Amino acid sequence: MSSASLQSPSVSSLPSGRSLAAWWQALPLTLVFVLFFLVPLALVLMVSFWDFNQYELLPGFTFKSYIAIFEGCGGGGEMCTTFKTYLSTLKFSGLVWLITLLVGFAVSYFLAFCVRSSGVQTLLFVLCTIPFWTSNVIRMVSWVPLLGRNGLVNQALTGSGLVQQPVEWMLFSDFSVVLAFVHLYTMFMIVPIFNSMMRIDRSLIEAASDAGASAWQTLWNVIIPLCRTGIIIGSIFVITIVMGDFVTIGVMGGQQIASVGKIIQVQASYLQFPLAAANAIILLAIVLMIIWALTRLVDIRKEL
Amino acid sequence: MAIDSKEVLTTTAPVQRRNVLKGTAGILAAGVFPAVHSADPIVLRYLGTAVNQDKDIAEKFKSDTGGKIVIQYVAVTTDDVLKRAITSPNSFDLLDSEYFQLRNLVPTGNIKGIDTKRIKNADKITSVFTTGKVAGKTIGDQGTAPKKVIFLEGEKSKTFASSPTQYMSLIPTTYNADTLGIRPDLIKRPINSWAELLNPEFKGKASILNIPSIGIMDAAMVVEAMGIYKYPDKGNMTKKEIDLTIKTLIEAKKAGQFRSLWKDFNESVNLMASGEVVIQSMWSPAVTAVRTKGIACTFQPLKEGYRSWASGFGMPSTLTGAKLDGAYEFINWFLDGWAGAYLNRQGYYSAVLETAKSKMEAYEWAYWMEGKPATKDIKGPHGDLLAKAGETRDGGSYEQRMGAVACWNALMDENVYMVQKWNEFVAA
Repeated sequence: MSSASLQSPSVSSLPSGRSLAAWWQALPLTLVFVLFFLVPLALVLMVSFWDFNQYELLPGFTFKSYIAIFEGCGGGGEMCTTFKTYLSTLKFSGLVWLITLLVGFAVSYFLAFCVRSSGVQTLLFVLCTIPFWTSNVIRMVSWVPLLGRNGLVNQALTGSGLVQQPVEWMLFSDFSVVLAFVHLYTMFMIVPIFNSMMRIDRSLIEAASDAGASAWQTLWNVIIPLCRTGIIIGSIFVITIVMGDFVTIGVMGGQQIASVGKIIQVQASYLQFPLAAANAIILLAIVLMIIWALTRLVDIRKEL
Repeated sequence: MAIDSKEVLTTTAPVQRRNVLKGTAGILAAGVFPAVHSADPIVLRYLGTAVNQDKDIAEKFKSDTGGKIVIQYVAVTTDDVLKRAITSPNSFDLLDSEYFQLRNLVPTGNIKGIDTKRIKNADKITSVFTTGKVAGKTIGDQGTAPKKVIFLEGEKSKTFASSPTQYMSLIPTTYNADTLGIRPDLIKRPINSWAELLNPEFKGKASILNIPSIGIMDAAMVVEAMGIYKYPDKGNMTKKEIDLTIKTLIEAKKAGQFRSLWKDFNESVNLMASGEVVIQSMWSPAVTAVRTKGIACTFQPLKEGYRSWASGFGMPSTLTGAKLDGAYEFINWFLDGWAGAYLNRQGYYSAVLETAKSKMEAYEWAYWMEGKPATKDIKGPHGDLLAKAGETRDGGSYEQRMGAVACWNALMDENVYMVQKWNEFVAA
């Protein structure tokens, strides 16, 4: 629906014959979009206002699910589960975003500006994707023998006499969750940032240097502003993935760290679909707000 | 469908592509498949958890029936079995569900009562299911004990019968008594109570399973063993009792008692085998899996008793004709001994003991069911060594283990509230 309406201003100015063809061209994607995205989303919204018992959904209109989610959130004292969970999810999003941005930017910078030959560039870029040749779950699980109580790192530490007791905070902790996220998702930052960097006109950098700018000044005033689109697109990828994730947090956090995705999954598997739907709607609203704020910073459509 | 069209394409491979397409279109248009497919076997889609869906069982059944009935496994998690049985009852022909799930399933009318007159060994099904007794002694029935939900008023009934009837909701397949698993080599002292799970001695080395409906039962066993509270019915707590149980768990979690929680069978194996955890809720085949790696692991009998579970075959109410007959034939075959012996050798228990006994060697029966020391090495169904000669089974005989059951996996009336509080525990 909305993808069609986005196109209408440019289409209307064209001759009518071409306009019709454009509509036809947009139709398949629009249909897929409506059928597999908008309709299910509308259903989720609808179900979030339904009631339910142990084994069936009861159509109706009630705010029960939303009220249940925020139960106990108004009062003082300890924070309610919902706020705590969202806060923890937001904390991970923020941390992972910051680290993947720094690492991703550094890697892209190296690939785009320090490697001269395009052959080597391609080779190194493909090298970055190698971890993606195995499944997501395997990449996560493989941290366990490395970071565990009897893992390689602890064996090395105790073996070299640096510590007496094995270090326990490396696994099933916030640290291991962030580590796995960074490992899994830095690529999503590298690709768009690298792409924007490759499109920067090299003569601009020469001009900056001719005008007497230091390397830092060039980076801050020329390269970063021109990479904004890549940074924002990468950020959207990373933040939306981390906000909705429950598998990584589950495996790396030893199932002891809450995430919004996990709560939704548990509720859905216990047939509490209205509660799960209400949580999904709230999560969606928050993610949309974050994306909206990010796109305020850069007009992605214009820059692409 | 997918398999059929693939066959059409491969048999006509040398023919030009266009002709193949035409041919396929013709077949589709006519709505018939080539003559080869007219003798298709009856395919039974078997919905259940992967743990119960053994390839050997399906293959043995296929060869025993001359290939006229084929079992097609649909493997999902415990929670998803119920979800699918309720939301898409036409996506399977045979259901393998746990008894505690019946409280949600039967009122939907999605499964039909199974006529025990068509089940040859129905009267030989162990008394654990029908009367809740082992060797004449009544066992614990807190929670959803099978005897409360096994009989239906009629074939199309949505309510449970209080006394035995002709119709069963599920025909039992397998069941067991669960307890804590421990690493005796790392604990180095006897463990005999559920209370040890929250003993600060094992701080950072304990785990509990993160499946709310089962985890809460383990937690309740612990709370009772610690002497904090005695539940009238652990399997059906009031909101206050749920609050108390979760509060105990949260306090332990905040003190750093749990190294990790687990949701998947394999996770529990890894936690134990790697030594991250030395005491945790565990399932019998997981203990076996740790042992086959050569690591000491005990399925520790505890003085408060076991938490038991049971699963069985159900039939969707829409099942008719040849598929219905096929389902009855499969269930009859299943109770006939071979499958029962196969399950017994994995450390589960089969529903009809005498038929399983006839398919097991005497020394196997003595080890698995009578709690006697093994006279020969005990091997699993796939030939891997499970116990050396001289060892005895953890917990002893069938009567000792099943006789010491304290409660059953359950679905509480306050299930929604329980899941909400469980999420609070995970978030704490």
